[in-house]
Amino acid sequence: MSSIIKVEKLSKQYRIGARQTSYGTLRDKISGVARAPLAALRGRKHADTTIWALKDVSFEIKTGEVVGIIGGNGAGKSTLLKVLSRITEPTTGRIELYGRVASLLEVGTGFHPELTGRENIYLNGAILGMKRTEIERKFDEIIAFAELDEFLDTPVKHYSSGMYMRLAFAVAAHLEPEILVIDEVLAVGDLAFQNKCLGKMGEVAKHGRTVVFVSHQMGAIAQLCNKALLLNQGAIVKEGDTQRVIDYYMNEVSSGTSAGFTAGSQPGKEIFITSAQALDSEGNKKSYFSHKEPIVIAISCKINRWLPTSLMGFFVRDSRGRKVFTTNNPDWCKLGQNNKEVRITATIPLAFLVPGKYVFTFAVTVPNVGVVDLVEDVLPITIIDAGSVFSAYDGGDYGCVFANCDWKS
Amino acid sequence: MNVTTGKTPLTLQQAASEETVSHLPYQPLDKPLVLSGEPLVVIEPTKSWVALGLRDLWAYRELLYFLIWRDVKVRYKQTALGILWVVLQPLLTTLILTIFLGKLARVPSDGIPYPLFVYAGLLSWTFFSAAVTSSGNSLVGSAHLITKVYFPRMIIPGAAVGARLVDFGIAFLNLIVLMIYYGVGVTKAIFILPLLILLVTLLTLGIGMWTSALNVKYRDVGVVLPVFMQLWMFASPVIYPSSIVPQKYQWIYNLNPLTGILDGFRSALFGQEINWDALSISTGFTIALLVYSAYAFRRMEKNFADIV
Repeated sequence: MSSIIKVEKLSKQYRIGARQTSYGTLRDKISGVARAPLAALRGRKHADTTIWALKDVSFEIKTGEVVGIIGGNGAGKSTLLKVLSRITEPTTGRIELYGRVASLLEVGTGFHPELTGRENIYLNGAILGMKRTEIERKFDEIIAFAELDEFLDTPVKHYSSGMYMRLAFAVAAHLEPEILVIDEVLAVGDLAFQNKCLGKMGEVAKHGRTVVFVSHQMGAIAQLCNKALLLNQGAIVKEGDTQRVIDYYMNEVSSGTSAGFTAGSQPGKEIFITSAQALDSEGNKKSYFSHKEPIVIAISCKINRWLPTSLMGFFVRDSRGRKVFTTNNPDWCKLGQNNKEVRITATIPLAFLVPGKYVFTFAVTVPNVGVVDLVEDVLPITIIDAGSVFSAYDGGDYGCVFANCDWKS
Repeated sequence: MNVTTGKTPLTLQQAASEETVSHLPYQPLDKPLVLSGEPLVVIEPTKSWVALGLRDLWAYRELLYFLIWRDVKVRYKQTALGILWVVLQPLLTTLILTIFLGKLARVPSDGIPYPLFVYAGLLSWTFFSAAVTSSGNSLVGSAHLITKVYFPRMIIPGAAVGARLVDFGIAFLNLIVLMIYYGVGVTKAIFILPLLILLVTLLTLGIGMWTSALNVKYRDVGVVLPVFMQLWMFASPVIYPSSIVPQKYQWIYNLNPLTGILDGFRSALFGQEINWDALSISTGFTIALLVYSAYAFRRMEKNFADIV
């Protein structure tokens, strides 16, 4: 299949800094000239206050591919989408698009609160680049998808936020471009609707359309995309098979803490987690475990001021971003004492987690009140297959845990 | 294209990977996508001298229509009298001006009943000033669109002018009623009226595009604009005839592009002699401004999403 998107040496520079804020006024401009006449004459504007949001990015996407773009905050994901969807111009470089592009950087762009649902479908459709005849043809399908037919002639300002989102996504979901560019729009609505949207997007992909998708939800990326790009500081760090790129990213993200997690003193917090380590049964620090050995998670907490209603626990995520389980320390309430350092251990039994990569999130919370301390996505561990029943499906997704079911025949 | 049809028995490994959608074979498009050798769109940094992108503008003409429709619709939602305000507003102003200027100050009106004279002037002036002000602020007011979706940006100030043109059309119907009431018949000069309306629309568009683009970067423009428009009204033959300007200053007065248009408007309606000098200045000025604005707009356009 041929490439539908070709990106060559794409760079985008932004001007930042105090003097070049979001917009200027004439007075600023005049006083700026008065203050720095030489710079104004040379036409230079503080060359040092620029950043490259994208730097020499090149890649190709083939027809029918569903590509996920991942990376930390400020990695350049959104800038790349904005350049791809022609909202902002690149500083240098070139993109060739061999198909119509529709971009969904937000759902409900241009919705007007005073207009009715019906009117907004037309308006929003036109803004997203649909022809009027196309909207008319899909109108019934859109309202069926949004499940809103009885409120069709109500101004959307009277809609609940869920209804609003459903309508907005329904219009967007019926776009039929060759290339669809999507930014985080799935993080809306209730869970059932989110799943419906994911399903719809999977369907779009199956019809051979090309999708470029940014999300923080590794689970969504892993489920939808067959290729991924990892961006860091405006450059592509890794590209290729989704699972491999996600694995690489999960490793990178937690590489600074791979020997375990340690925090400095935080006198402002009543209770905080000072360190966490993964140990084998002999007490050695490790980050690789066989699936046939138990994993001992050793956690140290500093209690500055005891909170009697607090709880301490952690949850585990797999490399697809799925939460595998959450566990709380049942004996935590017995530890209560001010100015105390406590060390607790939790053992994950052997043959429980299936081979793969996992990260931990530790938290001290007061239920229904708030979070006292939170340490997110640290302590990456890898469980190596030491000859499990699943070793035949290397790399496949067969769930998170060994269920150890009692099969009979 | 490799198309597999029919189900073959899955191996256990395939069955396991069936769970991940990413491993599924993709179905071909309903109608196969024909990729020509030429890219449909090329995204590059614009050169200093840019094309106007008129083809792109044409492709998005439906959006222009929908934005005009939205502006008109939204403005009169939740008003009890609705679109009637378009007619009532200039009528009330006409009434006030007739009492204070026509009756008390006895401003001349070239032999036309003063209410009719001033309504005709206000009609085109209201269109001009409202359209310039609203298109001047249109880009800033549409920041949520500019930062989220692509379309030719000229559509935004264009739609603002278009929406006011709809108002103008409705208020014009009332002018016809007034003319019948005062018994003023039309002459063949009326045929120049569509051209004058086109001219004032283009002039508005020229000013609107330029100020809206400047306003994105320098918000001062939005503040200065209403003050400037007020000044401009007194410098144009809106509430008084241009005949009260002394003969020796007439040429300066004619340099105002609105002089030719507003005078021409009345001449076309009431069958008076057309001031060709002023009208040719207006036409020349409008065309030059429109071309300049369009290019200036295109040049500034690339930064809109980053600074708006």
